Amino acid sequence: MTATLIETTSLRRPEKPARRRGPRSSGRPGRFGDNLTGYGFLCAALICFALFSWYPIIRGVLLSFQQVDFVNPATWVGWANFQKLFADPLFAVAWRNTLYFTLLALVFGFAIPFVVAMVINEFRHAKGFFRLVVYLPVMLPPVVTALLWKWFYDPGPGLFNTLLHAVNLPGLSWLDSSSTSMLSLVLVSTWANMGSATLIYLAALGGIPGELYEASELDGATIWQRVRYITIPHTRFVLLVMMLLQIVATMQVFTEPYVMTGGGPEDSTVTVLLLLYRYAFVYNDFGTASAMSLLLFLALGAFSALYLRLTRTRG
Amino acid sequence: MNRTLLSDNQLRTLHGRLGYWVVFSCAFIAFAVAFVLPFVWMLLGAMKSAPELAHVPPTILPEQWHPETYSDAWSFMELAKYFGNTVMIAGGAWLVQLAVDVPAAYALSKLRPVLGNWILGLMLATLMLPASALLVPTYLTITDVPVVHTNMINQPGAIWLPAAANAFNIYLLKRFFDQVPGELIEAATIDGAGRITTMVRVVLPLSRPILAVVSIFAIVAAWKDFIWPLLVLPDPGAQTLSVALNRFAPDTPINLLLAGLVLASIPMVAVFLVFQRQILAGLTAGSLKG
Repeated sequence: MTATLIETTSLRRPEKPARRRGPRSSGRPGRFGDNLTGYGFLCAALICFALFSWYPIIRGVLLSFQQVDFVNPATWVGWANFQKLFADPLFAVAWRNTLYFTLLALVFGFAIPFVVAMVINEFRHAKGFFRLVVYLPVMLPPVVTALLWKWFYDPGPGLFNTLLHAVNLPGLSWLDSSSTSMLSLVLVSTWANMGSATLIYLAALGGIPGELYEASELDGATIWQRVRYITIPHTRFVLLVMMLLQIVATMQVFTEPYVMTGGGPEDSTVTVLLLLYRYAFVYNDFGTASAMSLLLFLALGAFSALYLRLTRTRG
Repeated sequence: MNRTLLSDNQLRTLHGRLGYWVVFSCAFIAFAVAFVLPFVWMLLGAMKSAPELAHVPPTILPEQWHPETYSDAWSFMELAKYFGNTVMIAGGAWLVQLAVDVPAAYALSKLRPVLGNWILGLMLATLMLPASALLVPTYLTITDVPVVHTNMINQPGAIWLPAAANAFNIYLLKRFFDQVPGELIEAATIDGAGRITTMVRVVLPLSRPILAVVSIFAIVAAWKDFIWPLLVLPDPGAQTLSVALNRFAPDTPINLLLAGLVLASIPMVAVFLVFQRQILAGLTAGSLKG
């Protein structure tokens, strides 16, 4: 169920399965025996996938058109779940909030790690320190980060307003005002997640052949020209893939609003997943929640498919 | 060292050296404020008394040090129980993932049964789905598992088994096994080793790097996970640290809560400090070169 870091960061394309089969060892069980052992090794995984991945996928689609609760047997209701969703004023609010979160997260979470990685990459000292501390927040459980930052955001004795006051700026109301609540969530989420993007960009930058920079320097290219014509073209693929992954991840934001704001103030941080959670686990309306999952899948499917296409077809 | 954007010569000029140290110091200070201060502030905050924490503006160092808050928090929130639960859940998720995914990847790579490529394709296709789109149907499956008709709510299996259906693990492992030369396996077979012996004694020892990466990420993911344990472990006695801390947060004095947050973070920070190399390798595992 968890999207682990590693799951979200593989950019390498899967290999084409080899057509040629390996030489069979003689004297061992033949084709039939091979298949038997093969499926013996596979059976646990097949059961896990069938029960907790493939079956739920099909069931999720069916549930979207059913009325389901724990009391009555499921009944077919056609498009009623979708109609109910579209009639719910919070539904549009949740999508708007989520898109706003995704957009803000792109502004911060996409640009900052790349710039940070480029700067760190030029350093001749203490690179290890930078790499270490930027990744530390990634290791914190998201609930710990959310609760910790909730305390930082406290308008009274909180760390952030104290820092703002220290440099003679007025304090903000952070999570308590509907105009800054979403921004506050984006800041936490960027702080917590930018470490992995930064390290991936650093690795990509490290892979750019040094001769290119040398040659361009001899040709009289300025620093900006080198960034524009060498650094960016060489990292464009990684940048694009990371952007797609980030969009898919941020559209599913849940822990921060659930722990820090509960959707408030004034529904300003109700996200798609938070509303989905409410439908399923507060109102026990699993059909409508599934309809929402289906819509979320359709919205993100395009990005996922593009990501898979890119990582598969890149030569 | 590989040549980067700026050359060493450029940095050696007076201008270059000045610019370098200005940027370096600014970056150092910015990083210290952004990534070190929050941790220090949390550690210090946990050692202040609750009334002191309500002060505006806050004190920097505790007026009176209360290191005993950590042990108070430990007993107040019964953290021993939740640490135990989390260790059991994360450890179990790790073992189950290895036990299920390693043989599967081995079969797909080396035994190649009929339809193997189809199965791999169906597994990889699940990566296209956003995890949250499956939340509801998987939850309902857990409450009434097909065929056996058991309710796995509040049981660790509710976390372990779905975690094992991890296409990315299988993909990573299979890709590594693909690189193990077939001659080694043939040689083992000629020496009379069975399929299982060959995998355990010949292939797995060679695969330690990828097993380390898969293991670390399995444990870290299980430790960090929130939404799934929140759904399938409603019984307070069965919950993980993350779920329990979130439940305690509203009615726990802030100093105790902070101490709890510190304690819950220590294992993961320790894992990072010890396994930095493997984690970095995992992050970039073949991620950059096609």
